[in-house]
Amino acid sequence: MSVSAFAVPQKNFGDVREEVQICARGFNFYYGKFHALKNIDLDIYKHRVTAFIGPSGCGKSTLLRTMNRMYQLYPEQRAEGELRLDGKNILDTDVDLIDLRARVGMVFQKPTPFPMSIYENIAFGVSMHERLRRSEMDDRVEWALRKGALWEEVKDKLRQSGTSLSGGQQQRLCIARCIAVKPEVLLLDEPTSALDPISTARIEELIMELKKDFTIVIVTHNMQQAARVSDYTAYMYLGELIEVGRTDAIFIKPSRRETEDYITGRFG
Amino acid sequence: MTLHARRKLVNQIALALSLGAMVFGLFWLLWILFEVVRLGFGGLSLDLFTKMTPPPGSEGGLLNAIVGSLILVGMASLVGTPIGILAGIYLAEYGQRGWLASATRFINDILLSAPSIVIGLFVYAVVVTRMKSFSGIAGIIALALIVIPVVVRTTENMLALVPNTLREAAFALGAQKWKVICYITARAARAGIVTGVLLAVARIAGETAPLLFTALSNQFWSLDVSEPMANLPVTIFKFAMSPFNDWQQIAWAGVFLITVGVLLINVLARLIFKEGFKQ
Amino acid sequence: MDITVAHPVVAVPTSDSITKQSPGLSARRKNSGLGDALFFNITRAFAVFTLLTLVGIIISLLISSWPSLQRFGISFLWHAEWNPPAQHFGALIPIYGTLVTSIIALAIAVPVSFGIALFLTELSPRWLRRPLGTAIELLAAIPSIVYGMWGLLVFAPFFGQYVQPVLAATLGNIPLVGTLFRGPSLGIGLLSAGIILAIMIIPFIAAVMRDVFSVTPSLLKESAYALGATTWEVTRKVVLPYTKVGVIGGVMLGLGRALGETMAVTFVIGNTNFLNNASLFSPGNSITSALANEFQEADPGLHSAALIELGLILFLITFLVLAASKWLLLRLSRGEGSRT
Repeated sequence: MSVSAFAVPQKNFGDVREEVQICARGFNFYYGKFHALKNIDLDIYKHRVTAFIGPSGCGKSTLLRTMNRMYQLYPEQRAEGELRLDGKNILDTDVDLIDLRARVGMVFQKPTPFPMSIYENIAFGVSMHERLRRSEMDDRVEWALRKGALWEEVKDKLRQSGTSLSGGQQQRLCIARCIAVKPEVLLLDEPTSALDPISTARIEELIMELKKDFTIVIVTHNMQQAARVSDYTAYMYLGELIEVGRTDAIFIKPSRRETEDYITGRFG
Repeated sequence: MTLHARRKLVNQIALALSLGAMVFGLFWLLWILFEVVRLGFGGLSLDLFTKMTPPPGSEGGLLNAIVGSLILVGMASLVGTPIGILAGIYLAEYGQRGWLASATRFINDILLSAPSIVIGLFVYAVVVTRMKSFSGIAGIIALALIVIPVVVRTTENMLALVPNTLREAAFALGAQKWKVICYITARAARAGIVTGVLLAVARIAGETAPLLFTALSNQFWSLDVSEPMANLPVTIFKFAMSPFNDWQQIAWAGVFLITVGVLLINVLARLIFKEGFKQ
Repeated sequence: MDITVAHPVVAVPTSDSITKQSPGLSARRKNSGLGDALFFNITRAFAVFTLLTLVGIIISLLISSWPSLQRFGISFLWHAEWNPPAQHFGALIPIYGTLVTSIIALAIAVPVSFGIALFLTELSPRWLRRPLGTAIELLAAIPSIVYGMWGLLVFAPFFGQYVQPVLAATLGNIPLVGTLFRGPSLGIGLLSAGIILAIMIIPFIAAVMRDVFSVTPSLLKESAYALGATTWEVTRKVVLPYTKVGVIGGVMLGLGRALGETMAVTFVIGNTNFLNNASLFSPGNSITSALANEFQEADPGLHSAALIELGLILFLITFLVLAASKWLLLRLSRGEGSRT
């Protein structure tokens, strides 16, 4: 199989200089004694889609979960080094987790609608960060559902339970729920791995649309997906960042042998 | 106050209250255990295990009550366990659908939540009034009726945990259904079922209410189950409610024995359950 | 084996060949089916036995309480006089005592159990979770007579001397609510019985809540944390709604225990059928304590019948609680799809 079998859309950034939103320097991560991420140096650019690819267990989800300090829920997990969001190291102890998570939203492998109505699912996150009047909240919910490409399908049943939606709709609800808080960064942890191809295509369209307003980091197992949606791609293997660069460059002409082996399917 | 600050404050208050609840719960329970050990352990003596329950004002022990309790609990478990296991097997292996199984399941739930004193009344009405006397056998029946629903429930639950692939594998070899149940599924669920039986035994070991109108009590040594039979819980009840100091002393010792016995059975049940899942 | 021998090479099974082979098949099934049929019927017989037990309980209680049912009719439920020498019986005081003590018990036990479950699933350091959880479960196994005796001989004197006067001096001065906390500090009484019951059912409810909280998918909890929710908000807004069915089940289990409990109540409730004020400090009676105290000495006539009718009422109350919780759970699970 040749590398060119992948259709990589040519992305033209013009002369716009990329603005760094998140940068990792000498970043390490441990599960107890296990050294899961080794010396990661990485820049993630504003309003771009960055994809993490690599075989299972390579640490791509782990890296994603440090960006909103989700690992903090588990006492045996620990991060060291620098992970800067707009210049501020988010690993510092003085970082307010609530603020951080309002700025960095996350969507998970499986849809996770909360056990409440569609409306409340969206309003839940918003009401934790802003005091809004009822009419303002109505507007915000509609805005978020429109952004999440779900409004037309649910506008007549906002009071129904979020769990009554189909899997693909649930995942778009989760994305809308995330957007409603107006974060700067969206972390997507294999957001389509539990969905059928049609729902997957809709989510991918949505991602392309959303990058106008948000910095997006996506972990995916699906290399075509990475090629389709991302501007930058990082290939990880055994806790190390092997290669990172423009997606077209990585897929057409990877500079490292390991990356090429993985992308062409000669590996694993 | 900002929204975030308020939310954090609410969170901290809630978590502090949660810690408080844990302390509150443990406080009472530790206090109870402490008093049981303090007052009960002091009452332990050789007399307790060698002498009969005394009339007020004289020396005595709990020998007849201990032996009576062992007989009542042992016989009730022997009667109730097989009935409960077989009914539980029916529910799990034959009763996936059909009105009989769902009716039995519902009624088993009612029996499980039925006040034990009502069970005592029932046995009184059916057995004691017929025999015209309180008797050990009435006590055994009452306790067995408490064992049955517990064992039915755990047996059914444990059998339901056995993966269907195991049954299918056995059927694929051409085994008959009753053999599959007896040799494969029941065996796979053995640890869980034994645990359920032990927990039922622990439960009836401390039951007082159903014995009040059935086995009653007996101040003297008796192994005859057609007569009123001495037992620990009713003796404790009688002695603890009395104004006599030496009776209360014996009651504390009895409470200590029951608590230790019940806790030991529970620990044993846990160990068996854990071992069963290791295999 | 012999099945395959019975029909050698059958290329196209005609209707003829099928009818020919079927006798052999069914004969074999009949042979092997003997053990199966026997086993099936034995197990079914015991399932039926369980079913009949309940019918037997209800019928025998109805028959035994018939004299009282006939004499007092439905007014048995709200007549407060319980007078054995005059042969007049009304169940109001014991029913009141049973309901009030159970309500007090739930009012204390539910929030405390919720706190304990929250602590055990979200707050406790990992190494403490198992020991504390096991301690709670073991405490649920302690026989109720232990609670009762401790309540009478240790708790009641302490409560009457130190706690009740404080309650009377504080809560007792609030209008309306105050009437609940007045009167002599006896130690024993409805409030003490309710508190002992609460202590007794906390381990039951807490253990169930802990179990259902801990099966909440971590992905769901993480999603809420990822939006910036605090631990309390995750528990209150996500875990609790997600586990409401189990939580209600646990509370109902505790309520059933409290309603039907005999020993923990009988020791401390005070055992009197005279109650003429609303104070929770007053001694009273519950259905179970009336039975435990009076039944052995009751004369076989109307007095016994009235007591057995009390038992029947208690049985009906616990049945109603169970039925209500089942109905509630059914409604909740059915409503899940459409509305919250």
